[in-house]
Amino acid sequence: MAVSSSSTSTVMNNVEAVRATLYEAMKNDDRTIIIGEDVGARGNVFLITKDFIGEFGAERVIDTPIAEASIVGIAVGMAMEGLRPIAEIQFADFIYPAFNQIVGEAAKTRYRSNGEYTCPLVIRTPYGGGVRGALSHSVSIEALFYHVPGLKIVAPAFPADVKGLLNAAIDDPDPVLFLEHKKTYRLIKGEVPDGHYTIPIGKANVLKEGTQLTVVSYGLYVHWALEAAAQLQADGLSVEVIDLRSIRPMDKTAILNSVEKTRKLLVIHEDNKFGGIGAEISAMVAEEALFHLDAPIRRHCAPDVPAMGYALPLEEEYMSSPAEMAEAMREMVAF
Amino acid sequence: MAKTNTQASTLVERHGLTDDRLREIFRTMLLQRQLDNRGFQLNRQGKVPFALGSEGHEALQAGAAMAFHRGKDILAPYYRDLGLAVGIGLTPYEILLSLFARAADHNGGRQFPNHYSSKAAGLMSFSSILAAHIPHAVGAAYALQYRGEAGRAVLATCGDGTTSEGEWHESMNFAAIHKLPFVMLVENNEWAISTPLSKQMAQPEIWKRAAGYGMPGRRFDGFDPIATYAAVKEAMDRARTGGGPSLIEGTCYRYLAHSTDDNDMTYRTREEVLERRKLDPVPRFERVLVEGGVMTAAEIDAMRKDVLRETNEATDAAEALPYPQPADLYTHVYEGAWQPWQ
Repeated sequence: MAVSSSSTSTVMNNVEAVRATLYEAMKNDDRTIIIGEDVGARGNVFLITKDFIGEFGAERVIDTPIAEASIVGIAVGMAMEGLRPIAEIQFADFIYPAFNQIVGEAAKTRYRSNGEYTCPLVIRTPYGGGVRGALSHSVSIEALFYHVPGLKIVAPAFPADVKGLLNAAIDDPDPVLFLEHKKTYRLIKGEVPDGHYTIPIGKANVLKEGTQLTVVSYGLYVHWALEAAAQLQADGLSVEVIDLRSIRPMDKTAILNSVEKTRKLLVIHEDNKFGGIGAEISAMVAEEALFHLDAPIRRHCAPDVPAMGYALPLEEEYMSSPAEMAEAMREMVAF
Repeated sequence: MAKTNTQASTLVERHGLTDDRLREIFRTMLLQRQLDNRGFQLNRQGKVPFALGSEGHEALQAGAAMAFHRGKDILAPYYRDLGLAVGIGLTPYEILLSLFARAADHNGGRQFPNHYSSKAAGLMSFSSILAAHIPHAVGAAYALQYRGEAGRAVLATCGDGTTSEGEWHESMNFAAIHKLPFVMLVENNEWAISTPLSKQMAQPEIWKRAAGYGMPGRRFDGFDPIATYAAVKEAMDRARTGGGPSLIEGTCYRYLAHSTDDNDMTYRTREEVLERRKLDPVPRFERVLVEGGVMTAAEIDAMRKDVLRETNEATDAAEALPYPQPADLYTHVYEGAWQPWQ
């Protein structure tokens, strides 16, 4: 971690932001427990919790058996009984065995007990591709969960947002699925304000203002969308880029304000198109702002295949790129 | 098919239970049966859409409840634990509120009947998804151990069928690794709706799996409340004093259909049910109390009438209360008011 020229912030990458935020949470509240596979002695496969076990003890940094359903299920029980667990699913692809504990249990604890029991739980997991992760180390899982009331879902793209939103997730009285794009872990660096702060879950961020097209994205693709928008800017085309940051709840105001100004919407995400986050955004804009639109809504998303392949051409065919995004943006602006 | 002890229970060994405690156990058993039957009656009268039966589990649950320390221990039960719920302090009125799905119910009329929840009683909320509550119980036990709360333990229960679930195994394994203050009480009633034990597992003695997890295990006659009390107390005392988890299995039988929506004569014979009826724990324990000089026939008759009176009063009181309002559908999704779009 490098200290920046400003004394009030530090430059770090996304993985360092996760680590620093978890460290503070562990220091500040002894109800905080980290539970997951290889989080202790190994310090997580990305070294996010390296040396935590030495400082905080094995009873607070729990190396679990390989059993995802009970990693989440035990964390649910801890949360119901007054602890503040942070469960880790080593890769988002491994979350399926825990689906019931997340959807059937954590998301419904408050509701089914009429508010008598609650589940203040954070489930962190690295997701996303572009890292030669093949079928089972590269998926996007957000669409499988965003249908579920009772859950919150966060997917920050920048280190400062990682810290502010992870703090918000840890403070939140309800279960939060915290998605960390693994390709951004070391790729993306930025200034992170020192000291404790939170960013409200459900607030998007307008990263670049523009007048001719609204682009909505999240995760790794936010960075590529910014690159693409800069290319268009060089040609005098003005694209507004919104980083959702939170997927559930989602910032309708930010999207509608932008679309009503630019009159065109392009949603970009790494997950496949059918039933993805873009479907909900498109439906919402069609319901609320159809007559502001000058072009059909467009979704630039992954193809409808189960996952990206391991072989480089298969991964590249699945993933988009700044160039492909720029092309989609140009077509939308020209429409 | 589980082997069951057909020997009548006697008072030769009462495991420290006083006459008052024995009467309390018997009253819990009577109350369970009365409330159980009340659910089915109300369903047949068209007053409630659904009820779940627990007849045949009375001795097991009343005995286990007697080993539960109110105000200290935590119970993570399943939906056939009516006797455990009332045995640890839920009132018939609370049970009836749930049957009638009234607004004043703990769950606000949201969940099926028999899905007990009471933070005040230490009874953890659970869903209908079998075994999903076992990791919650283990997580709660971890919290007790982490906070150093000696003298407290978590009692989790389930039926034999639930032990087939992966989360059941995962939870047992984790509890054993961390030597948690946790007791897994399996109520083996031989049936998982229509599926007999023989199709749930090749090795029918569930308690034997304890050795595989590295924890103590034992089986007891769940038709006998005193034997149940002794087994549950032994395991809970071990858990409360740092001795780690246990897997204990009580044999019982499900006399009624799975629920008011089930017809058990489509998958099991009347002869089998009648054969098991000979073990019925309620008349059996009644004989024990009378022959042991703990209660007279007249006292038992009076207790039955009192239980019926209490059940009737609870029924009338709960029925008179209102349903939740339509607007109540929208509360407690998250803390505070919310919209998916902000």
